[in-house]
Amino acid sequence: MSAFEYAPAPESRAVVDIASSYGLFINGEFTEGSAGSLKTINPATEEALAEVAVADESDVDRAVAAARRAQEKVWGPMPGSERAKYLYRIARLLAERSREFAVLETLDNGKPIRESRDVDVPLASAYFFYYAGWADKLDHAGFGANPQPHGVVGQVIPWNFPLLMLSWKIAPALATGNTVVLKPAETTPLTALLFAELVQQAGLPAGVVNIVTGAGATGAAVVGHRDVDKVAFTGSTAVGKGIAKQIAGTRKHATLELGGKAANIVFADAPIDQAVEGIVNGIFFNQGQVCCAGSRVLVEESMHDELIDRLKARLGTLRLGDPMDKNTDIGAINSARQLQRISDLSDAGEAEGAVRWSADCAIPENGFWFPPTVFTQVSAAHRIAREEIFGPVLSVLTFRTPAEAIAKANNTPYGLSAGVWTEKGSRILWMADRLRAGVVWANTFNKFDPTSPFGGYKESGYGREGGRQGLGPYLVEGSTR
Amino acid sequence: MSERVDVRKTYKLYVGGAFPRSESGRTYEVTSSRGAFLANAALASRKDARDAVRAARSAQPGWASATAYNRGQVLYRVAELLEGRRAQFVADVTAGEGLSAARAEAAVSAAIDRWVWYAGWADKVAQVAGNANPVAGPYFNLSSPEPTGVVGIVAPQRSSLLGLVSVLAPVIVTGNTAVVISSQQRPLPAITLGEVLATSDVPGGVVNVLTGKTAEVAPILASHMDVNALDLAGAAESDGVTWGELEALAADTVKRVRRPEADTEPTWRTDQSIGQILAFTETKTVWHPKGM
Repeated sequence: MSAFEYAPAPESRAVVDIASSYGLFINGEFTEGSAGSLKTINPATEEALAEVAVADESDVDRAVAAARRAQEKVWGPMPGSERAKYLYRIARLLAERSREFAVLETLDNGKPIRESRDVDVPLASAYFFYYAGWADKLDHAGFGANPQPHGVVGQVIPWNFPLLMLSWKIAPALATGNTVVLKPAETTPLTALLFAELVQQAGLPAGVVNIVTGAGATGAAVVGHRDVDKVAFTGSTAVGKGIAKQIAGTRKHATLELGGKAANIVFADAPIDQAVEGIVNGIFFNQGQVCCAGSRVLVEESMHDELIDRLKARLGTLRLGDPMDKNTDIGAINSARQLQRISDLSDAGEAEGAVRWSADCAIPENGFWFPPTVFTQVSAAHRIAREEIFGPVLSVLTFRTPAEAIAKANNTPYGLSAGVWTEKGSRILWMADRLRAGVVWANTFNKFDPTSPFGGYKESGYGREGGRQGLGPYLVEGSTR
Repeated sequence: MSERVDVRKTYKLYVGGAFPRSESGRTYEVTSSRGAFLANAALASRKDARDAVRAARSAQPGWASATAYNRGQVLYRVAELLEGRRAQFVADVTAGEGLSAARAEAAVSAAIDRWVWYAGWADKVAQVAGNANPVAGPYFNLSSPEPTGVVGIVAPQRSSLLGLVSVLAPVIVTGNTAVVISSQQRPLPAITLGEVLATSDVPGGVVNVLTGKTAEVAPILASHMDVNALDLAGAAESDGVTWGELEALAADTVKRVRRPEADTEPTWRTDQSIGQILAFTETKTVWHPKGM
């Protein structure tokens, strides 16, 4: 089966005005940064989009001071019912300006407009709407009567879901009465800065939300600031370990959402068409740049060949190219650096003896691209079976018994997510009990919802985001560490 | 006629359901609060710590897969046996902590009552800390707490029984297994507790007790790749131990760390909470589509 021909269907970028340069958002206004600027580019074309200020320690200090004042004087003492209304405003404003955010996200990140429009932005709004309702109901959340916020929260987020991760961080923090200093990723700062404008439109009191842009040094300054009470980080396990070490021996609390190497387990009795769609969604959603991506398919041996044939046929129909085109399935890789990592690990896979297959698709001349790739004959010791690739690269392994599937699935230091595909209900529940992962998707994959807690076991981090459980880490009474 | 010479007990480690001496052959002298000789306790080595972790890991899946009702019964049974050994615990606590007889009685009673309190949570914690999630779509979605795995416990230094029970019972009630470093100066109640566990229905390896120098053994647990979490309750008052350094070692494997709450240990009189249980659990969320 070959791809249908489609006429180009580009989304208009006229809906968003990108300024030539952006400052830091501190105490309700945009201000200069002290450490120069960095350029953010469109990874699909490599064109420069804007210059963004870089915050140093003195800027972070100003932001934390503003957050502290706002927390003590305004946001902390404010009744939950009033905080709630601000969060509802933000949810509504995000929905009103959703197309603008979606276009900007796609330009800055490289993800298909179909995903930013249908997943990232609507979910971001939904997280604010969900947590808004908690702000005046915290007594009922299971953390005792009148649970208290930590104070000032430092948050550092990744580039794979820039606005969505911002909402996962800011919504529960604000609902519980904390104020925040958030650092977006250096390659995707623009939707966070547009969000700052939206914060102004919502009339949020100055200092409740502060956004400081920059690279790793800015993030380390946020995490290490002595007046930050709690840290929330989403990103790589290596950086997460560094943060845990940095705050060791202090009284800071932390939530860490780190890497993953999820097993997507397919039994021979699985509904095969749905399983193929689930595998595709599991590893090629957002170009595989997803911490909970189903990057290891474990397929029951008798089903292997049929599954691979169907998978290859399906991947042949995916459309790689202009992320702004509404028909695009696979967009650009976020950065040259990430593309290099994906290429290096894929080369290692081949060198170690796995068999590489990539979909036959034209790669645009400019920008960062990697075709959907499947490795077969992968052994559990191969780097591509052990290390997080964070790209559109799937490793396929086999198993014979459910016990072997569990052993292989759990044979990783990670434990963020897992998938199970089978028609047998009792087997699903048996598997779900034994998979050491924070989220188990059975006969589905990569589903997210504001009511549903998300987070890892083992080296995938600790703490939960989303759901009632997602309130706990932002409350003194719910911070069990 | 001469007085009868009493038969003294040899205090050993409790690892994997057995009572080995330290593989190092080392012991150290344990004295009463007034300095009188009480016993020679085993001085656990790095190897003993690694053996204890292996025993705890082996026992963990089985203990976690027991029904919650069964775990509750098994732990309640421990309280029954504690009650039966009350006199020895009172004697150990009196000698080690220098308490009056009345206070030692009260501490032992509180420890037994606390054990019963935590045992009762076995089949309730998932109901209180778990919930269904009303996601915006045709999906069944359920979150529930599960045990974190193997937990290293630096037991309180002062409160040698009540403090120990206050940190141990909440760890094992959900299906975790534990490696406990007992109070360095007051290790005897921990070993006696091990003897109670050995004669109860708690499977070997679920609780492992090491006696010795906290500063020597704690870093092994903190950096061990097969330990999932640490309770540092006793680290604030351990000789030669900085709890922040243990936490930094634990960061390399993203261990969950429960810090000491203050620089001095609490009395443990009122320290029982579901939070103490949930500190060593993970929320697992399972999704499944609904359809015809």
